[in-house]
Amino acid sequence: MTAPQQSTAMPTAEQHGIRAHSDGAGAVVPVQTRSERFCSADVADFAPVNGREHEWKLSPVATFADLTGGELDGSRTPVESVEAEGVSVSWIGRDDVRIGTAGLPEDRGSANAWSSFGEAMLIAVTGEEQKTASVTRTALGSAPRAAHTVIEAAPNSRGLVVLRGTGDARLVENVEILVGEGANLTVVSLQEWSDDSVHLASHFARVGRDAKLKHIVVSLGGKVVRLNPSTHLAEQGGDVEALGLYFSDAGQHLEQQVYVHHDAPHTRSRVTYKGALQGEGARTVWIGDVLIGNAAVGTDSYEQNRNLVLTDGTRADSVPNLEIETGDIEGAGHASATGRFDDEQLFYLMARGIREEEARRLVVRGFLTEIVQQIGSPELEEHLIAALEAELQGS
Amino acid sequence: MSVLEIKNLHVNVETDQGTREILRGVDLVINEGEIHAIMGPNGSGKSTLAYTIAGHPKYTVVDGEILLDGENVLEMSVDERARAGLFLAMQYPVEIPGVTVTNFLRTAKTAIDGEAPAIRTWLKDVRGAMSNLKMDQAFAERNVNEGFSGGEKKRNEILQLELLKPKFAVLDETDSGLDVDALKIVSEGVNRAHQTTGLGILLITHYTRILRYIKPDFVHVFVAGRIAEQGGPELADRLEEEGYDRYQVAESAVVEAAAE
Repeated sequence: MTAPQQSTAMPTAEQHGIRAHSDGAGAVVPVQTRSERFCSADVADFAPVNGREHEWKLSPVATFADLTGGELDGSRTPVESVEAEGVSVSWIGRDDVRIGTAGLPEDRGSANAWSSFGEAMLIAVTGEEQKTASVTRTALGSAPRAAHTVIEAAPNSRGLVVLRGTGDARLVENVEILVGEGANLTVVSLQEWSDDSVHLASHFARVGRDAKLKHIVVSLGGKVVRLNPSTHLAEQGGDVEALGLYFSDAGQHLEQQVYVHHDAPHTRSRVTYKGALQGEGARTVWIGDVLIGNAAVGTDSYEQNRNLVLTDGTRADSVPNLEIETGDIEGAGHASATGRFDDEQLFYLMARGIREEEARRLVVRGFLTEIVQQIGSPELEEHLIAALEAELQGS
Repeated sequence: MSVLEIKNLHVNVETDQGTREILRGVDLVINEGEIHAIMGPNGSGKSTLAYTIAGHPKYTVVDGEILLDGENVLEMSVDERARAGLFLAMQYPVEIPGVTVTNFLRTAKTAIDGEAPAIRTWLKDVRGAMSNLKMDQAFAERNVNEGFSGGEKKRNEILQLELLKPKFAVLDETDSGLDVDALKIVSEGVNRAHQTTGLGILLITHYTRILRYIKPDFVHVFVAGRIAEQGGPELADRLEEEGYDRYQVAESAVVEAAAE
């Protein structure tokens, strides 16, 4: 647990990485409050990435220097969309008023994508009936690309939007999620990329008054997937359920830096991320920041991360941070645990007649289906259970 | 009639200090329906015998045989042994994250029987067995052994014994750490399984206490990796009075004699 840092100095631009700096340099005053972290839509405002910055220090930055520093193809990404009544997919210009209203980049990769995209994909959800729509991006190729997506749920609308990625990709992107007053939106980001793919994404959600967002990140495929969702509970009564599920195989790096900002009274958040690691070099990172601001009286918040280690040679980082600026809250807690499925557990199950492969499956399925069951789409749940079975068979 | 035979069993274990010989020639025959108590001081190799029968990879059999109805148990994997009808109630059952008791029991039953149990009768059997062992039904939805007390873990072992219906069960210090109420409940469960399925039981214990509730047909005293003496239930009474000192003195004399 990290205690809130006390400092009377106002943060300066230098402290935020505009000039080259590093956590190891010694003289740097840490950023005081999570919401005061430097952000900018212009890549030129960020120093080149060296891997020692707090936001990059757990990431394999050398494997995607082209995405954080190089030129990106910002043309429209080919998509296959399954629309539903009340969900439409279109393209909007950079000057659209909605762009930039949910949040701005906090790292150079995100800013590079923002500076490079040509048009943004708009997924608009309207109407009070529940419906499901999906947007799939397949085989984006091996050249570095930028993308920008805006998902807008109109006031009082309801819907589930699936963003799915398959095949090859070297993609860095930003996704803005605007949840209008009283709306109830579920967004599932499903990463099933090919083994060589790299995908960096920042999601910025703004949740309106009495609105509810369920945000689910499922990362299964890709060499490096780093998806950082942040949610701004900007208005009274806002609610976010942030769920994540990841399965890291040998040589795979799956990362998520989750941030929830309680910034209005009576807001609620639940963050639950669960991951499994299997094989030499399987790597996961979870950082969970929750900031309960001054205005957020009556906040109810809980975040947790659980990791299940299936073999030797893996590494799971899990860092929960909780920062509270008001004493008048309902509850705030956090938990993190990384457990091992070890030989004694295997022996126990096998001593009851259960075959080895079935024993592993039993444990992993039991562990991860808690998240799967909360998605709310039977088809997608079935698909994910099958995908998890395949992951288990894969080693 | 089923029979479990252990012949001249020698077992080594690898430790940081090198290879240690734990079992030094164990001979034992257990027939279906018989209850054998194996008693002995700490470090005599009782648990090693239990885990070797179940097939724990930590133990290496260097000589001898284990036969179940003439089949070579030592060639079977851990799960094959269980499916062949062997059961080990463990002294320290491990926690299994993410797997509920219900899910675990059904999976094990399906594995042992080779087909899924009929849902309605199975649920009734599970509920009945749990209530016999005075286990709250809420246990069914908890993860296996996670947050269970010592007594709850032992009851959960006997629950499996009653539901999986093995031919032979090895109970490894099932009595240790139980208060008298829990000891009675667990013993009743073992006796119930014995009466209804007629299984053979190898009851491993340090103390004579459990033998007030589970009556053995045979008692074997285990010292320094082999059986030092065997007899009927009266041998347990004698141990109660005299303890293990008699054997340990004799054993150290043997070791000294061998060293000279």
